Amino acid sequence: MIKTPRTKMREQDSQERIDNFLEVALGYSLEEARQEAMRCIDCKNPKCVLACPVRVKIPEFMKLLLEDALDESFHTIYEDNILPSICGRVCPQESQCEGACILGIKSEPVSIGALERFVGDYGMEKGLANTGKPESNGIKVAVVGSGPAGLANAASLRKKGYDVTIFEALHDYGGVLKYGIPDFRLPKEIVTNEIDNLKDLGVKFVKNAVIGKSLTIDQLFEDNYQSIFIGSGAGLPSALGVPGENLNGVYYANEFLTRVNLMKSRTKEFSKTPIKLGDNIAVVGGGNVAMDAARTAKRLGAKNVFILYRRGREGLPARLEEIHHAEEEGIDFRLLTNPIEIIGENRIVKQVRCEHMKLGEPDSSGRRRPLPTGEYSTYDIDNIIISIGQKPNPILKDNTLGLETQPWGGIITDEFQMTSIPGVFAGGDVVTGAATVILAMGAGKDAAHHMHEYLQTKQQ
Amino acid sequence: MYKITKKKVLNEAVDLMHIEAPLVAKNAQPGHFVIVRVDKDGERIPLTIAGMDGDQVHIIYQKLGYSTQLLGEKQEGDFVEDFVGPLGKAAHIRDKKHVVGVAGGVGSAPLLPQLKAYAEQGTKVTLILGGRNKDYIILRDQYAPFCENIIITTDDGSLGQKGLVTDALKPLLEKDKSIDHVIAIGPVIMMKFVTLMAKEHEKTIDVSLNPIMIDGTGMCGNCRVSIGGDTYFACIDGPDFPGEEVDFDELMSRQNYYKDQEHDCYMRLKR
Ligand SMILES: Cc1cc2nc3c(=O)[nH]c(=O)nc-3n(C[C@H](O)[C@H](O)[C@H](O)COP(=O)(O)OP(=O)(O)OC[C@H]3O[C@@H](n4cnc5c(N)ncnc54)[C@H](O)[C@@H]3O)c2cc1C
Ligand SMILES: Cc1cc2nc3c(=O)[nH]c(=O)nc-3n(C[C@H](O)[C@H](O)[C@H](O)COP(=O)(O)OP(=O)(O)OC[C@H]3O[C@@H](n4cnc5c(N)ncnc54)[C@H](O)[C@@H]3O)c2cc1C
Ligand code: SF4
Ligand code: SF4
Ligand code: FES
Repeated sequence: MIKTPRTKMREQDSQERIDNFLEVALGYSLEEARQEAMRCIDCKNPKCVLACPVRVKIPEFMKLLLEDALDESFHTIYEDNILPSICGRVCPQESQCEGACILGIKSEPVSIGALERFVGDYGMEKGLANTGKPESNGIKVAVVGSGPAGLANAASLRKKGYDVTIFEALHDYGGVLKYGIPDFRLPKEIVTNEIDNLKDLGVKFVKNAVIGKSLTIDQLFEDNYQSIFIGSGAGLPSALGVPGENLNGVYYANEFLTRVNLMKSRTKEFSKTPIKLGDNIAVVGGGNVAMDAARTAKRLGAKNVFILYRRGREGLPARLEEIHHAEEEGIDFRLLTNPIEIIGENRIVKQVRCEHMKLGEPDSSGRRRPLPTGEYSTYDIDNIIISIGQKPNPILKDNTLGLETQPWGGIITDEFQMTSIPGVFAGGDVVTGAATVILAMGAGKDAAHHMHEYLQTKQQ
Repeated sequence: MYKITKKKVLNEAVDLMHIEAPLVAKNAQPGHFVIVRVDKDGERIPLTIAGMDGDQVHIIYQKLGYSTQLLGEKQEGDFVEDFVGPLGKAAHIRDKKHVVGVAGGVGSAPLLPQLKAYAEQGTKVTLILGGRNKDYIILRDQYAPFCENIIITTDDGSLGQKGLVTDALKPLLEKDKSIDHVIAIGPVIMMKFVTLMAKEHEKTIDVSLNPIMIDGTGMCGNCRVSIGGDTYFACIDGPDFPGEEVDFDELMSRQNYYKDQEHDCYMRLKR
């Protein structure tokens, strides 16, 4: 088995897909899934499980899949991960489950993500997550934000019987899953389906509610919410801090992706919140957000899209699959290249000036530090999209007395995920800074456990 | 869905609406704004909260382009899809003796609650209302109870004195030494020139900025403005800023970046 190569997932042809927003990876057939699951040697001490942030019972769900017990396979995953269709698609598997798979030492790891996606999609189609409405215990709990952290927290608490309401600032639910990650990686129907599942569970959703503004944390307590979970994410874009950043045609990735995803703007169709994009596009950054921005720009018709990243290839934090897909789609990687000035004409961006870098000693992140070389290049561009990170939004901090935060804005929590305000818990990107879907989901779920304990003690 | 409980046409280009929105009304203060989405695929448009009573939030909007026209087609009893707020920072009501409020066109709406708040704390208030012609002078009656002096200017002289708001402000600042603060709300070009004049007379000035916004919650960064050389997000740090510090030219150019697309949008509505 070890020698059998991985079963590759079918994909949309790279030349065709740059003209559409349909999903790139097409998933396994049942046959392909079986073939791939067969490669797993069912380790006694599965390293893959330990490397999964929520400890999905990987060999177990694969065995059930091979035994044709697909429903049970789904439930096995679902016990640890309520968003398998999503995580199977977007987890950085190479640095988590698959990175630890024993087969990876001599050959290729089992495609755990692809299999999780397969089983997740099967469960979604059959509505297996829909287990009806648990009886309410009459205790009201509020959740701030409908990203993966908030959704997981709400689901867990609702299953324990709590009367859960999610408050979301935007007009649609899902957080980054809706406004950030593009359809060609995560079709929006999947996210909508997960939200519908929570509605079926009896979770209440309130949109257009900015907590801290429309309602404060104090007012939620006055309204008889007994405990509150903050999963407000890290939505505030970080600035590059170079001259010319406010020129027209300079976008933060959030603006660019929000216009395209949440506001459904496509250059070729009429849109009420349009996007203006020229032929030559620079994208600054090397993470998932940068890959998404670059690949989206390509799909909107840009001719030359290039990534500017100050480290080398090994330093790129994006998922491996996204880097491969971006390369196949003709995205040009200009590595060891650091933008130092954005140059405009009549207040519209025209060029970006960059300094070339070389690699020095490893820094605190363990990656080799990029050092300036004193050599420069200037590139002609029509737009530049800055994707170098996000921080938590200050609205909650500014409007909640006594909510302690880190200097960079992250909410401080104790070992039980409780904030400095009794009864208020937090998790996901708002605590860790921009991280991953699975970590946010896990934090939401764990917080539900702590909130349950807190509420039990409080009731006595 | 949010119900339009009242609609009043103020002039050919400007309407007033009352919208039932308890979650916005609860904490709203002068200077706050809302974001409205007229229908399911609609654009998110920011509008200042012009007043409140109970669960009702008042908005006054100029039918400038596609989305505000679409809003204008809605009638009493109809609904808008989304209505979120209160957003932004509440206006900073300073400790001043005599404030001159300067409003251009529909800027009269956001200025009203702010000037009223000044009057309520005992500050003397003077008002200059400017507009294209007499139809564009709105809300005069609402100001009357608390403004000692209301000066009206119109471009064509159809009401009040002929000229610009700055033509009225200049003699006022020269004559009345008790004036210690100016607030200007209106088109950016107007705010720019009022600011220059206030600076010249060494008066402090607040302005209300209206860059293009999408989310209004600090997420997209589209609304960034340069204040004293630093970048701020108008939706969470503003929309009110000290006029002396604002880079008005940058703001004007950023507002115009999407002009051609907006025009395309508007023409489709007309067709
Ligand atoms: C473009 C992009 C691509 C990414 N790709 C990947 C990937 O491939 N794999 C991966 O694992 N991770 C990826 N990530 C990261 C991942 O999406 C985040 O780590 C994750 O979504 C964090 O979840 P969260 O629930 O903490 O916050 P979010 O998903 O940010 O959700 C927070 C929600 O709270 C709402 N909110 C904020 N403030 C308030 C308030 N005051 N009141 C009410 N609601 C509020 C926001 O509107 C938002 O809906 C990506 C991120 C981006 C931006
Ligand atoms: C904080 C704030 C408060 C405002 N308060 C009021 C108010 O009380 N009454 C009022 O009539 N207008 C107000 N505006 C302006 C109003 O939002 C715009 O006139 C409206 O969005 C125009 O949309 P449109 O589609 O009708 O016109 P378009 O043809 O799309 O645009 C006309 C002009 O409006 C501006 N604009 C377009 N889209 C946006 C957007 N999403 N956000 C901001 N500006 C935009 C542009 O400068 C553009 O040139 C406010 C704006 C801001 C930022
Ligand atoms: S949740 Fe993510 S890390 Fe865990 S098994 Fe699934 S794909 Fe791997
Ligand atoms: S480490 Fe690899 S081979 Fe072992 S159980 Fe996990 S997936 Fe199977
Ligand atoms: S409108 Fe998006 S950050 Fe201000």
